[in-house]
Amino acid sequence: MRNSLREERFSIETIIINILIIVLMVTGVLFSLVTALGLIRLPDVYTRTHAASKSSTLGVLCILLATFIHFWLIEDIFNTQLIIAIVFLFITAPVGGHLIGRAAYMSGIKVADETVRDDMESAIKEKKEDILNRKAPEE
Amino acid sequence: MMLFYWISLVLVSIGFTGLLFRLVKGPTIADRVVALDAIGISLVSIIALLSLIIGTEFFLEVIVLLSILSFIGTTAFAKFLERGEIFDRNNHH
Repeated sequence: MRNSLREERFSIETIIINILIIVLMVTGVLFSLVTALGLIRLPDVYTRTHAASKSSTLGVLCILLATFIHFWLIEDIFNTQLIIAIVFLFITAPVGGHLIGRAAYMSGIKVADETVRDDMESAIKEKKEDILNRKAPEE
Repeated sequence: MMLFYWISLVLVSIGFTGLLFRLVKGPTIADRVVALDAIGISLVSIIALLSLIIGTEFFLEVIVLLSILSFIGTTAFAKFLERGEIFDRNNHH
């Protein structure tokens, strides 16, 4: 009953809500496509991690926000799980990307030829010397 | 509006196919893990669009579960890749 009334009215309110949903959804879809493009075209594990963690997080965030607004303002369902999912994805997706990048470097995957600067190499060398120096007096 | 949701679903699915290409082809294991992580996140947005198209709120529980499972899988794969490295061995002593 209420739903049909709302659809008949076609007020300025509905139009504003739909514009908001469309803007968020277009942003999310564009970022999802950019993620796929980056994963296909980039030369390296590390650059691919960069593409996969940043842009896909923002893309899925926008799509979930559009879904939340649609269910909240058009169908009158306030879904709390969606907010939990948004916050969880926003925290954990960059953490996952960082973990994969670190694990890839530790397992010895080479960086691409175009790489200008590698700070991790000198840091690991320093750390190894530090550990060896600390271990030597004990034995 | 429904047509707009369908177009979005098709475009996200095209992106999903690109991620599948990297999952199959990827030269190293780390590439495949990165692609798998992105596939998990992309699947979440596909399910959100599907619940918009079908018009039910019951799919939204799947989103929370999938995001948690995807993060746990990524963490486990990263730990598996990193295991046996010199730092870990020294820290246990």
